[in-house]
Amino acid sequence: MTEFTPVSALLGGALIGVSAVLMMAMLGRIAGISGILGGLLAPSEGGWGWKFAFVAGIVVAPLIYGAVMGAPADISLPHSVPLMVIGGLLVGFGTRLGGGCTSGHGVCGIARLSPRSIVATLVFMAAGFVTVFVLHHLGGVS
Amino acid sequence: MKALMALVSGLLFGLGLTISGMINPAKVINFLDLAGNWDPSLAFVMAGALAVTAVGYRLVFRRAAPVCDSQFHVPTNRVLDKRLIGGSVLFGIGWGMGGFCPGPAIAALSGGFVPVFAFVAAMLLGMQLKSMLVK
Repeated sequence: MTEFTPVSALLGGALIGVSAVLMMAMLGRIAGISGILGGLLAPSEGGWGWKFAFVAGIVVAPLIYGAVMGAPADISLPHSVPLMVIGGLLVGFGTRLGGGCTSGHGVCGIARLSPRSIVATLVFMAAGFVTVFVLHHLGGVS
Repeated sequence: MKALMALVSGLLFGLGLTISGMINPAKVINFLDLAGNWDPSLAFVMAGALAVTAVGYRLVFRRAAPVCDSQFHVPTNRVLDKRLIGGSVLFGIGWGMGGFCPGPAIAALSGGFVPVFAFVAAMLLGMQLKSMLVK
């Protein structure tokens, strides 16, 4: 059970938007996490430095939040390690095959009204809804 | 300069994920759990991000080029193909299983939880497998 938090959700979302706009204004790049992570795994593509810096910023940010707020953000992991491993494999493979994730398609792509991103986002959202329904309401995972 | 701007952008992105609660898989799974204790917060995260990005991009694209590069690197492909659909289906299934998409997963690494490390390692392996198996 988690509380509905519309204000912090909107505020956090707006910060993600500022980040995406900054990436486009400064580097001319989509702030797509899966694409940037994939780029780090293929150093021959070039641009390794800025990709590493972007990922490092994401990794460090929660520590800054924790230091300022005096306590780390809540992270609770409802699912078992085997489910996390299979989930991770599918997220890695699927985002690279589909050319993006929640950030690249869901935020940056929809903001540009890209038809591929709109369809991708509807598809991965639907697949997520179905998966959680199957796991929690049919499969007995709680 | 590029790396510094990317670092600032990454920090803002990570703070956004943290403040919005998207770093917490329980919250994401509750968003996806329409038939359970539905938590609509993620829709508000998307709305906030989209509103800022849609307006911001419009202003940015008035320029001929970004500040630190000679051109914008924006995908031009508009074809809806099997890879887009199939990849997004697989991603959505994995998202529902782990409660993580790629950004929140790497943001949560600093929490030091073993299942997060396991998810991220598997995710990087999945990305590597894609580039090995699909050209």
